[in-house]
Amino acid sequence: MQVTSSVRKPLITGGKTVHDVTEDICRQVEGKPSKLWLMAFGISVVTLLIGFVAVAATLWEGIGMWGLNKTVGWAWDITNFVWWVGIGHAGTLISAILLLFRQKWRMSINRAAEAMTIFAVICAAQFPILHMGRPWLGAYWALPLPNTFGSLWVNFNSPLLWDVFAISTYFSVSLVFWYIGLVPDFATIRDRATGIRRKIYGALSLGWDGAAKTWGRFESVSLILAGLATPLVLSVHTIVSFDFATSVIPGWHTTIFPPYFVAGAIFSGFAMVLTLMIVTRAVFKLQDYITIEHIEMMNIVIIVTGSIVGIAYITEFFIAWYSGVPAEQYAFYNRMQGPYWWAYWSMMTCNVISPQLFWFKKIRTSIAATFILSIIVNIGMWFERFVIIVTSLHRDYLPSSWAMFYPTMYDVGVYVFTFGLFFSAFFLFAKFFPVINMAEVKSIIKSSSEKTAS
Amino acid sequence: MSDTKKFVLGVFDDEDVLLKAVGKVRGAGVKIDEVYSPFPVHGLDEELGYKRSRLPIAAFMFGALGTTLALVMQIWMLGVDWPMIIGGKDYVSLPDFVPVTFELTVLLAAFGMVGTFLVSSDLKPWKDPKMLDLRITDDKHVMAIDLGRNSAMEAKSINSLLQESGAVEVNDKDVDE
Repeated sequence: MQVTSSVRKPLITGGKTVHDVTEDICRQVEGKPSKLWLMAFGISVVTLLIGFVAVAATLWEGIGMWGLNKTVGWAWDITNFVWWVGIGHAGTLISAILLLFRQKWRMSINRAAEAMTIFAVICAAQFPILHMGRPWLGAYWALPLPNTFGSLWVNFNSPLLWDVFAISTYFSVSLVFWYIGLVPDFATIRDRATGIRRKIYGALSLGWDGAAKTWGRFESVSLILAGLATPLVLSVHTIVSFDFATSVIPGWHTTIFPPYFVAGAIFSGFAMVLTLMIVTRAVFKLQDYITIEHIEMMNIVIIVTGSIVGIAYITEFFIAWYSGVPAEQYAFYNRMQGPYWWAYWSMMTCNVISPQLFWFKKIRTSIAATFILSIIVNIGMWFERFVIIVTSLHRDYLPSSWAMFYPTMYDVGVYVFTFGLFFSAFFLFAKFFPVINMAEVKSIIKSSSEKTAS
Repeated sequence: MSDTKKFVLGVFDDEDVLLKAVGKVRGAGVKIDEVYSPFPVHGLDEELGYKRSRLPIAAFMFGALGTTLALVMQIWMLGVDWPMIIGGKDYVSLPDFVPVTFELTVLLAAFGMVGTFLVSSDLKPWKDPKMLDLRITDDKHVMAIDLGRNSAMEAKSINSLLQESGAVEVNDKDVDE
């Protein structure tokens, strides 16, 4: 028997039975796509195609199409890369870390959050791959493959190479974790279906039969995957931060980067989960599964991680001054007062001030306020990466090579492409896959319905 | 040459009733073939007398294999096959090899364990699971008792035993092997 504190509100409202869960979630998968879905998916595909023009131009002409110059050799590409990878982190946090902490409220959001992780990492990967210029040769640069130069192996001392291993491991382990969780739900859809749909979901369900023996193994696989994914997700953004922290650029080589990047990643990821969930629960009428309680919990995570990020900004400043290194001091003065002051202050407002509004219960339980703030947080986190990357690079040790960075339409286009990719993939997922983990939610229905009755 | 198995299926709609029923049925000396559920029921494997899964051991072994492979690969490539001084460090600079070693450990542990799980539970895309009751993946727990393995007991007494322990339905089902 599970014992739950009587102070806690039921996680699933509306007095749902186990059968209702099957009906409510399968209805989305089995029904004809709604007009709203078709419209949203159509817009995403059009965005994808428009963005693809920029991708094609970059591949055809080379990365000279972007606004990079000799001083600023990394700008939108790596900003977008770090931004997307960071967004992905919330999915793993919800499904792995909250599983280890036995936080049951994760159950109605983990499926969609993990899907978001996978699509976000795919979007992130576009940038380093395109930045290679000739990505068809990229496997030789990024992977330890035998080649005709000796073989000349990849440099295992380089954080950029660590990134290749970190991101690809993260992607594949997340994908497996997500898929294993989907198997029992595919079996539910299979057993309700006929014809071709039965064949497709039958193959996807791997012949799942719900035997107690298999469930026992399934549970231990989930627990260990969660245990593996937890240090993995922390390692991923740590290694991403090493891309900067191990260099000698002022504003980059600080030891605070790993925890600061991980907190920022979870912060932006939760904001994106909220943006997506608020839309999904409205479109698919899942208000009883993703309740105000869930939204409030996520907002609390945003307050915590947002405050960590705020403290990290202040610490960075203090250490820059306290270090007594003029280049370091100038880098931070330049962030605040230099030509990119607007980016710096956008970051400060969006990331440090706006999440503090969630201290008010009215705001953190309001759907409209949460939706707006979740988007503001992600704008802020994009500016954070832009500020760290571009303002540190554009004025370093040699004033004669100081320069500015101006994005071209191809920089913007590639970013637009990843938005199209992300949302097309997410809408396909939301239509054809069960958006809520039915098996897990069913296991907490009994304790929820007892609470509603009493 | 089909071999027909005769099953008695006890259908339950509450996991706590099911857990007690499993103890009661096994206590009466009936061998339960398997219990099928729409969601994981905690404590069910202990009630059924299943041993703890050894998958954690598989995960550890694959993880250890990953660690070894990653270290051997990096030390051989940068230390033996083409030594190079990078950043003034030793040819074999172990702290720098930590991230890749960690990632490959996790990668092999995860994939190895999931692969072992799929093989040991016989999960594969082309498998037809022959569901005993289609409501198993919806909202019903089904306790399957193979009459062939319980020849000492009469079918009738098993039926009444299941009903007494709280089954909402008791059905007979023949399965062709």
